[in-house]
Amino acid sequence: MTVLGNLALWLALLVGVWGALAGFVGGLQGRPDLAHSARRAVLAMCGALLVAVFALEWALFQHDFNVEYVAAYTSRNLPIFYTWSALYAGQKGSLLFWATVLSLFGSLALVLTPRRHSDLLPTVAGVVALVASFFISVMLFGHANPFHRLPYTPLDGSGLNPQLQNPGMVFHPPMLYLGYISITIPFAFAIAALLSRRLDADWLVAIRKWTLLSWLFLSVGICLGMWWAYVELGWGGYWSWDPVENASLLPWLTMTAFLHSVMVQEKRGMLKKWNLALIIGSWLLSIFGTFITRSGVISSVHSFTQSSVGYFFLGFLIFAAASSYALYVTRLPLMISEARLESMVSREASFLFNNLMLLVIAFAVLWGTLLPILTEAVLGVKYTVLAPWFNMVIIPLGLALLALTGIGPLIAWRRASLPNLRRQFAVPATAGAFTLLVLLVGGMRDPYPLLAIALGGFVAATIVQEFARGARARHRQYGEAYPAALGRLIARNRRRYGGYVVHLGIVMLFVAFAGMAFKTETQAALRPGESVSLRSPYGHTYTFTHLGISQYDALNRQITAATVEVRRNGKPIGFLTPEKRQHVDGLGRPTFQPSTEPAIMSMLREDLYGVLGGTVNGTEQAVFRFTINPLVWWVWYGGMIVAVGGLIVMWPGGSPAARRSQAGYAVRLVGTEEKA
Amino acid sequence: MTRRHDGTLHVSRREVLTLGAGTFLGVVTSWRRVTLQAPDSLPGSGPSGRLWDPARAGRPLPPVTAADNDAAIQGIEKQIHCTCGCNQDVYTCRTTDFTCTTSPAMHRRVVALAQAGKSGQQILDEFVHEHGLAILMAPPKRGFNLIGYLVPPVAFLVAAAVLTLVLRRWVRAAPAAVAATASGGPDATPEELARLRRELERLSS
Repeated sequence: MTVLGNLALWLALLVGVWGALAGFVGGLQGRPDLAHSARRAVLAMCGALLVAVFALEWALFQHDFNVEYVAAYTSRNLPIFYTWSALYAGQKGSLLFWATVLSLFGSLALVLTPRRHSDLLPTVAGVVALVASFFISVMLFGHANPFHRLPYTPLDGSGLNPQLQNPGMVFHPPMLYLGYISITIPFAFAIAALLSRRLDADWLVAIRKWTLLSWLFLSVGICLGMWWAYVELGWGGYWSWDPVENASLLPWLTMTAFLHSVMVQEKRGMLKKWNLALIIGSWLLSIFGTFITRSGVISSVHSFTQSSVGYFFLGFLIFAAASSYALYVTRLPLMISEARLESMVSREASFLFNNLMLLVIAFAVLWGTLLPILTEAVLGVKYTVLAPWFNMVIIPLGLALLALTGIGPLIAWRRASLPNLRRQFAVPATAGAFTLLVLLVGGMRDPYPLLAIALGGFVAATIVQEFARGARARHRQYGEAYPAALGRLIARNRRRYGGYVVHLGIVMLFVAFAGMAFKTETQAALRPGESVSLRSPYGHTYTFTHLGISQYDALNRQITAATVEVRRNGKPIGFLTPEKRQHVDGLGRPTFQPSTEPAIMSMLREDLYGVLGGTVNGTEQAVFRFTINPLVWWVWYGGMIVAVGGLIVMWPGGSPAARRSQAGYAVRLVGTEEKA
Repeated sequence: MTRRHDGTLHVSRREVLTLGAGTFLGVVTSWRRVTLQAPDSLPGSGPSGRLWDPARAGRPLPPVTAADNDAAIQGIEKQIHCTCGCNQDVYTCRTTDFTCTTSPAMHRRVVALAQAGKSGQQILDEFVHEHGLAILMAPPKRGFNLIGYLVPPVAFLVAAAVLTLVLRRWVRAAPAAVAATASGGPDATPEELARLRRELERLSS
């Protein structure tokens, strides 16, 4: 099977190189034969790569430990889910996964894109083939071939890192990869638009779903990563500003900026240069994230082992950035705004400030991530730049962004009048001020959480007001019952109201982040029967009583579990069973250091988080860390609401007829200014 | 007990009784042991039992001391970068990765310095003196390092100023563009247009 895998990789590379050449030449010269050939090349490359994935999975499931990758990431007793996910658990396999998914997305884009954009498709095929060929080249020429065989065959493999043996890791990496990879499709359309000089809003329509899809995958991938870090790593948090975490946030921020500014281009024909720059930048940041994860240039717990593939990625990043932006600069004169900004107080201007804030945050995250390299280059000392620096710099910017999330939807398109602003802001501003007052009366003094929750109240009120007004208007106009009016309101304008649902999820996330400022924790060494108490920010007293330790075998691990009874204000509410796990291979040999498996009791207001550190001198006296994490539940449900909002926005259909009639109305009003 | 030629065992009555008594005593003894150990898992009872296989529970740990939960010590440790490669601060590492031997050693050093009467800043300075500035979770806010802190807010201010200027220019240019297209506009009075615009604002808001 490894022979088949190798052959498939070589075939995919050859076909990919041809597809890239045929796509670019066919697109530039308008030759239908080459265009057709490029399209088929992408489909063939996808087929070849799927064969390679099948060959690797076959080796994984057959426990062919003569294959270096199989021996390094699996063992005979590894559960079947993790044997499957070992495909992308290591550097080499994940490169194959990247190339395969990219070719799959490329094929889908070529097949599903409507015919009216067919003149862009040869270049799209060329870009997809070029990028996928690069990834295949890294595998074949960068000592990263997943089919490499060992000179001997071990009896059993090393097994998968225990921290990766978690359901979160089965779904988190592919989601994040899907987000990174799918940005290539909008990027390919942007390059096609630049090369073909078709810089109207047409190409934006072609990529609308793809940009949303990338953003959605990135959002879900980031949230799943936070969940995995929380339930698996045992430090009691979900975000530590690690370089690899930051790398996933960067394209998310720029894609979010794009999803806002693209509305201005679609509605008003403005910001063409800006939107193209954002799409190119987002894609480059996705490659930058891949470079960070794989090069080892910046120290991170999430990165793959250091290898030479980093140089390949750095070279590709420089080449792609230089060529893309050079092309962009040559086309700048063609990108002329079709409309003018009428007022500083308008939805368009607020979107621009929202974009500014998102990009400044992205810049700050990038700056903080690269600061260790910069200080090493300038001062000769590689500084550590982690959570304290990011919290100090990013939190104020994040709060400003949260405020803009509420302000933007309240301001009218084109020009907002003073009475209009007064009417729009009255309820949300009152809600925000009331929230602030309640918190102050309640004794909260920490400025950041105070502001975050008060602004959350303001933004939530904005959203509720938008839904309430829309539903009331439908109720008055069509006599619909309020629930039906609300449902149809969302169904008729999915982008707008789906967007508000996303905003609601973001508010929940910010409030949850604020909650972590009130985290409390304690360490204790408890004998069976002994207790320790911890007071929660809500005033409850939790008592943790160590009942005893049991040891048993399960699947591919030996477990040492402590049972801890939990009481709230003296009443029993359940048990925590934190574990230490010693993973073993099929022959019963220990494979990794014993890992920690936290126990979590999740509630609406707070999480109880217990970690078994170990035991004292081999007795049942155990060392625990108990943490009360407020509002963590809100992170996961906020993330889900963001995803649901994204799905509403993406959902096909809507009411094109209504949009057309509204567009016609606007044209009649403003004459030639708006070509909607 | 004797083995006969046909391979069967001959056991005397005395031997059967002795064996039975031994078994009974063994069960009783072990039963006593079980009943003695059982209260071990109940609140407020005697000493801890030994684990069946202590190696499975990882490295043996020392009991928690008051210094481990000292808020001042924790505050200092949260500013010191653990050098084990975990990318965490000393406090987080020592309370998370219990296989790490680096963060407990750094913790002991912090506690020793605190017990020697050093203040938080003096302890941090001592660590910087021993390991260099990279030992801190974030560079100190002084001298050249200030650039690291100031660049993002300065970038924000500059970008906001530039954006405001650009928007102003666009706004100033807008009336001329509108005037140029006004001749092709709708046949309506300014009052009607203003009303229509208000209605559109209401709809789009």
